[in-house]
Amino acid sequence: MAAKFDLNDDSVVVVIGSGAGGGTLSNELAQKGINVVCLEAGPRTENWDFVNDEWASFDQLAWKDKRTTSGTWRVAKDFPNLPAWIVKSVGGSTVHWAGASLRFHDHEFKARTTYGDIAGTSLLDWPLDGAEMAPWYDKAEIKMGTNGTHGLPRLPGNNNYKVMAAGAKKLGYKEFHTGNMSINSIPRDERSSCLQIGFCFQGCKSGAKWSTLYTEIPKGEATGHLEVRPDSQVLRIEHDRHGKVTGVVYADAKGAHQRQKARLVAVAGNSIESPRLLLLSESSLFKDGLANSSGQVGRNYMRHTTGSVFAVFEKPVHMYRGTTMAGIVRDESRHDTKRGYAGGFELETISLGVPFAAAFLNPGAWGRDFTAAMDGYSRMAGLWIVGEDMPQADNRISLHPTEKDQFGLAVPNVHYDDHKNDEAMRDDAFRKGAALYEAVGAKRTILTPPYPSTHNMGTNRMSEKPGDGVVNRWGQTHDVPNLFVSDGSQFTTSGAENPTLTIVALAIRQADHIAGRMAKNEI
Amino acid sequence: MNDRDQSPSLDRRRFLRQSAGAAALAGAIGMLSDTGVAFAALTDGDIAAAAKHATAGPAATKTLTVMARDLYPHDQLDDSCYRNAVVVIDGKLSQDKATKALLHHGVASLDAASKKLKGKPYAALANEADRVAVLTSIEETPFFQKVRGEMVVALYNQPGVWKTLGYEGPSADQGGYIHRGFNDIDWLQS
Repeated sequence: MAAKFDLNDDSVVVVIGSGAGGGTLSNELAQKGINVVCLEAGPRTENWDFVNDEWASFDQLAWKDKRTTSGTWRVAKDFPNLPAWIVKSVGGSTVHWAGASLRFHDHEFKARTTYGDIAGTSLLDWPLDGAEMAPWYDKAEIKMGTNGTHGLPRLPGNNNYKVMAAGAKKLGYKEFHTGNMSINSIPRDERSSCLQIGFCFQGCKSGAKWSTLYTEIPKGEATGHLEVRPDSQVLRIEHDRHGKVTGVVYADAKGAHQRQKARLVAVAGNSIESPRLLLLSESSLFKDGLANSSGQVGRNYMRHTTGSVFAVFEKPVHMYRGTTMAGIVRDESRHDTKRGYAGGFELETISLGVPFAAAFLNPGAWGRDFTAAMDGYSRMAGLWIVGEDMPQADNRISLHPTEKDQFGLAVPNVHYDDHKNDEAMRDDAFRKGAALYEAVGAKRTILTPPYPSTHNMGTNRMSEKPGDGVVNRWGQTHDVPNLFVSDGSQFTTSGAENPTLTIVALAIRQADHIAGRMAKNEI
Repeated sequence: MNDRDQSPSLDRRRFLRQSAGAAALAGAIGMLSDTGVAFAALTDGDIAAAAKHATAGPAATKTLTVMARDLYPHDQLDDSCYRNAVVVIDGKLSQDKATKALLHHGVASLDAASKKLKGKPYAALANEADRVAVLTSIEETPFFQKVRGEMVVALYNQPGVWKTLGYEGPSADQGGYIHRGFNDIDWLQS
């Protein structure tokens, strides 16, 4: 049964966040007998509470606390106070992710070496490689039940996938399939197989899609070594005069401040909140923010080069029936500078219900041109572009100088300028996505600009040298030995793949490392 | 529409439309905090609750309903869909002094713009193209942006509209689509 630890128990590991990184790390440590307090800012919303209603679900699950934006990215114009669409609830963004679980290509771990010195970027190689990650990817895929791996059958393709696959075939693509999705294609891990409900973004009501909410977290709790505290937003990480962290201060459900002592703290609040918390934890010893001697905390923010292509056909598609991300074309994810840019992109099906299609198809549009597209809703197919974006030092999370949140703390500003490599890739991907649908008879294609970011990466990046980043190859901060980062903010570069599988693989690996070091009393 | 032949460059007009898009989301998020009414799919009860707070009189409601259809013209939709959306928006905006004034002054300024441009109040213009020209002339105003941003949420959040557009809505309570046509497409050539 779930543990209950004392606020003054300084032997516990405190994990901040319960998503792909924090939820996985919490369970992995608990399985090894290590006592963990996992603090989650959002409430505990179970899968029977989820609703098949886009706006109602957004209200139920999304992180809506105020954020500001700046930079040339279109999100800053369309959604100035919603730079990211992520989840504030137990399970974090594994509640609303679509399930795509792709490994990085080997060359993507060595982006600086492979792509060279691209002007305006802060490209860096990861301090690890594909061969080292392979066994951890195996463990992550087995944990999550990633179909198309380890003998697990793939899901059947829905209508939206069939349209994409037919177009891919016409264009001569070779590697397209219903994906490596962490969605049960057969009953497994005490969860049922996929019922093709749709609404993957609104939380999977059947539990077929992997989420830490109903896998890692209850499993960790069952060990008696894990206590999850929902409605607990961490405000500050504290340290002693030697520069070792000693615990955290958080606001509980009633807004009262509590101090939880800790032997070790792992930050996994996603790539906006994690650096924000380090910056907010500045002190006389850490004047520019905790673990920020490099000045890299908050920098190199990445969000993938994205966009969507929707196509209207003569006959019905019903794209919303079945899994949201129902399949993938991988051929364009290679690095091939003949296309005019470094790195590559994946094409993945996507669907929106009528409420979100109206809001996102072309934000701000009105009139008959727009409604003609909406009239084609039932005849529409859609795909999403996920491409590697270039790290840039000034794309960053910073503390707003005047705006405060409900706790009186500076809200985060998210600054992002598209790099010309990103723009060249997006143009090419738009062109190819439209060509794919036109090859199977699309009457109209609609190029939809990026949604608020669902993939947020890089703001506490991993580096070999302490001056180049915030954490080392284990996610341990260069500056503070008992402070770790366990989410996608560790990413040195973004790759072209949806980040969750890599976050989970890194969390399993990090738990192994932390347990080993703790056993030797090194941390 | 953002079709593929469109240049990616941002002209001023598109910039303004994008800013209006922001209002859509901000408005949607605000719907909860402003009124305590969750922004789930609109029910008859939601509309009745909003009507209690609505302050636009019959003439202004008529004008806003015509404007709603001109913003998002679907010929197959009944006027009641647009009127319901107007009532919900009116009920919401009327609960705040500033947004209530924005709404009331906005309707008056829409008619003023219409008289100036086409010689008649907005709802009295018989020709859709004339009304669209009037709307285009006020496209940059806070009133237009507010109404458009709220309207794209309120109009398309109605189950009746979903049905007309061919969207089936919630599916978990019906066992998903595994036995209801998730892969029934029959016109693709292999």
